[in-house]
Order: sequence, then structure tokens, then C-alpha cells
Amino acid sequence: MPAYIFRRLFQAALILIGVSFITFALLYLLPADPVRQIAGRSATAQTVENIRQQLGLDQPFVVQYWRYLTSLLQGDLGRSYLQKSEVTELIAARLPASLLLMVAAIGCELVIGLTMGIVAALRRGSITDQSLMVVSFVGVSAPQFVVALLMLYFFSVRLSWFPIGGYGTWQHLVLPAVSLGIMGAGWYSRMMRSSMIDVLRQDFIRTAQAKGLAARKILIGHALPNAILPIIAMIGIDIGLFMGGIVVIESVFGWPGIGQLAWQAIQRVDIPIIMGVTLVSACAIVIGNLLADMITPFIDPRIKLR
Amino acid sequence: MSLPISPDVVAGNASSNPAVKTVWAQLLARPLALIGLFFVAVTVLGAVFAPWLTAFEPNEQMFDGLSIEGAPMPPGETFWLGTDLLGRDLLTRILYGARTSLIIGIAANGIALIIGTFVGVVAGYFRGWVGAVLMRFTDLMMAFPALLLAICLAAVFSPSLWIVAMVIALVYWVQTARVIFTQTSSLAEREFIDAERALGASTSRILLRHILPHLVPTIIVWGTLGISTTVLLEATLSFLGVGVQPPTASWGNIIFENQTYFQAAPWLVFFPGVAILALALGFNLVGDAMRDILDPTQRGRD
Repeated sequence: MPAYIFRRLFQAALILIGVSFITFALLYLLPADPVRQIAGRSATAQTVENIRQQLGLDQPFVVQYWRYLTSLLQGDLGRSYLQKSEVTELIAARLPASLLLMVAAIGCELVIGLTMGIVAALRRGSITDQSLMVVSFVGVSAPQFVVALLMLYFFSVRLSWFPIGGYGTWQHLVLPAVSLGIMGAGWYSRMMRSSMIDVLRQDFIRTAQAKGLAARKILIGHALPNAILPIIAMIGIDIGLFMGGIVVIESVFGWPGIGQLAWQAIQRVDIPIIMGVTLVSACAIVIGNLLADMITPFIDPRIKLR
Repeated sequence: MSLPISPDVVAGNASSNPAVKTVWAQLLARPLALIGLFFVAVTVLGAVFAPWLTAFEPNEQMFDGLSIEGAPMPPGETFWLGTDLLGRDLLTRILYGARTSLIIGIAANGIALIIGTFVGVVAGYFRGWVGAVLMRFTDLMMAFPALLLAICLAAVFSPSLWIVAMVIALVYWVQTARVIFTQTSSLAEREFIDAERALGASTSRILLRHILPHLVPTIIVWGTLGISTTVLLEATLSFLGVGVQPPTASWGNIIFENQTYFQAAPWLVFFPGVAILALALGFNLVGDAMRDILDPTQRGRD
């Protein structure tokens, strides 16, 4: 196990360097000139040139990337062009809000998705099952920003149950978390349903039934733990979806997380921030995948990590 | 995962082919697939016949399209679904927006399927360094936050319809590549492929006549499900303002343009939102039914 983790971490580092290179190259090709954005419209050609030199943007691509990579390896993500502060500080200040939103959204996904999946599996083939699966398809097909805007309209504007946007109390958290979690809830309910159906067919369930165990005990003690694990592993793989989702959800609700930070940075061509958030997201995705793989042997002891 | 399907599934004439006929018949026998087909058909018909279905032009700003205070008109007799911020008929824009969504959904998904299948087949069939390099690159792409990458790409190239399609394809091919890779690498070890090699068949013959036909069911299923993902991605990009640019109507940019007004005029979010949902739902329902029909390992689960 330690050797496996070490090798995976090494691969992860290589992947992150690759991500940094591709993003850097893409942003280098950007037709919008970041220096113009910093200098403003009225700046003279001389000022523009000075800023360009100061930021080292007059250097060839390879030199610029090398400089970025060496400071990245020391944990330095550079300084924001427009906000005049360190990118690491900006991200650190906003990361807790995004993490809170993600955890709440994952909670939502699990509560809604697993409940729907379990009920559907237990009443397999019934009208309840079929309607639940239609609902899950609607959840999967609903664009997050539409769900977000419509929930804002009904629950905030019309019913005033929740604030229209912002951050602070649990009331602020509800709508963003639900809009972010609904898509996953749809997927998880479908996976939970087929996972449950698979488990309920296994011999050990039949044995439990044969020895006269109560249905509730079989469900909670034997079926659920086995059926849930594969879904837990999926969360690790879904981190990527969340990292995309928070850009949209945070911008709709004015949630002060890294998604909003990234979105503002993209609009203002603030390259160091875009790079920083991309790398932090890629990091989260890689860690999520690693955790998902590490859970697998616990789900199915026949699988050995190599 | 693979199916013992004969190569004439691909080569044969669709209408006379018994395999295609059975799949079609099975599809029509499923209520959920029928609902899906209905949503897709309505959208396609709306997109194709848009000019005949509405009396207005998509970019026509109507004199009576705004109230005296300059606000959008709610749904009513003249404007069935109301008007937008600029006094344009919403129904007309949604009908023309269907063209955008379908074009991008099909084009982006088509390109993604081609790239994904190519990478997956090559990496799965040729082991060694070619396969390793391709799959490591796929791993790398998997680590990108897809939406963030798409937004960056769309900002790099100034977005037009086809560029948006390309951007989505560049982000989305990875999943297909992974699935095709897994299937191809298990196919490549099967005996009938060994037999072909022993008979001296050329690599291109093995790939085109023996590997690819076995991948057709997977490609069809992923192709159908993928359209709904690409439709959603386009809508999201356009909603953020980096997708299809106004005045070209797209369901996402209708919401983007009218977002500031949505508290007073919620129909401007509701109707295009329902359109996106219906199309994505349609392709998801059809794709899921196709998977059940084409993939015997999934049988018996429903």
C-alpha cells in the first residue's frame, strides 16, 4: 500500500505539471493582452512596455513558463495582475467557502440520491420505481444554472424563504448546495438502485433471509453497507464535475468561493489567478481519484492495488 | 461489454437490416424511450420548421414588444411566450435557438466521438509507447476541470458557433476515449483477432473490419448520451457569455441576456430552461434505452 500511494502521488505530480503547462500555453496564446487590462485605456505605449517588462511578459514563452514552474515548485503561485496580492492568499481566503458549498452539495446528493435509489430498488418494477427513475433523469438533464435561477425565483423572490444571494448563514447555503447537488443526486439514485439490486441478489442476502433475520436488519446491516460503498467511491471521481459546477453556481448566487474568483479572473484576463484556480482544481480532482481508487479494495477485497 | 454483433450491422442498409429493425422495435416498445424520442422529435421539427412556425424574425425588435415602461411583455395572445428585454418574440428565439443547440450538440459530440474513438482504438490496440503516451495524455485531460478548461478555451478563441462546438469536443472526447480504450484492449486479446493476425490480415483490416464493428453499440450509446451532455455544456457556456454570441439565438444566451430581468420576467428563464431540459432529457432517455437494448450485461437490471 505505501509503495502504491507513493507511486500514485508521483504520477499525480507529473499530471499537475502537465496541467500547468497546457494551461500556461493556452493563456499565452490568449488574444487579449493582460498588460492592456492592467495599464488601462489611456496608458501610453511607454507605460505599457514598462509594465510588460516588470511582469516579465516580454520574455519568450519557455523562459516565462520555466519561471512559473520553478516558483510553483516552491509553493508560489505568483501575484494577481489586478488585485495586487498573492494568488495563494486570494485562493486560501476563498477556499473555505467553496469547500463548505461542496460538502453541503455532496450531502444533498447523497441524501436525495441514496434515498431515491434505495426506495426504487426495494420497489423494483413498481410505479414508484419508474417515477423515481424519471425524476432522476430530469435531475441529470437539468442545467444547473436554470435550476439555480428558478429556485432563486420561487424560494427567494416569491416566498422569501431564503436570501437572494451572499454568504454567511445556513440559509445562504441551502439554495446553492441544492442546485449544485441535484445533478449528482440524479446519477447517484440510478447507481444506488442498480447497486442495491445487485446486492439483494447475492447469496449472503438469501442466507440472511433463510436464517429468519428481519427485513429491516437485512437492509440496514447487510444490504446497505455493501451497496453504498461503490457510490462513495464515485464521489472522488465526481470532484471534477463539482469544480466546474461551482464556477456557475457561485456566479449566480454571489458565493465568495474560488469559482467566482476564477470567473472574475477569466473576464479580466488575470492570468496568475486563472492558473492558480485551475491547478487547485486539478489537484482536487487528482486527490479525489486517488481516494476513490484507494477505497476500492475495501469495497471488493478481491481487487488488489498494484 | 462487447457484443457478438455481425459486421453487416454497420455495412448493411439500415431499413432492410434485421438487427437495426429489432433495435428500433425494442426502442419503440419502451415508454421512457418513446417520451425521449418525442422530446427530440419536437425539438428537431421546431428547429427545421422555425421560419414557418412563427410570424416573427428571431432578431426583430417589435414596436409592441415592450410595455410602455419598456419592460418585456408577459406571455399572451400576440407573443405566446412573451418577449425579451429587447422586445423580441421569445418563442421565435427559442425555435431558432433549437437550431444552435442541435447543431452544436451534434457537431461537438460527433467530433468528440471521432477523436475519442480514434485515441481509444489506437491506444487499446497498439500497446507499447504509443498506447502509453495516448493514455497518459488522456489521464492528464481527465485532471482538468472540464468546464473551467472550456471557459478558458472559449476565451482564448473568440467564440463563434463552430468554435464553441470545437471547444466542447476538445473537452469532452476524453470520456469516450477511456471507454473505447477499455473495450478495444480486451477485444485485441480475443482469439478471433489472433486468428486474423495468423491469417496475415493487415492491421487496417483488423481494425476496420473486426474491431470497429464490435465498438458500434458502444459508440451509438455514447453518441446518444453525449448529445445531452454537449447540449448542457453549450447552454452553460452561452449562459456565462463565452459561448454562442448574441444576436445569434441560443437557449443559454437567451437566459444570459435576460438574467438581470428575471425577477420581474421569470418566463425569460423558465421557457428556454425547459427547452434545454427537454432536449437533454430526450437524448438521455433514448440513450439509456439504447444501452439496455445493446448491452446484454446490463439486461435484467430493470
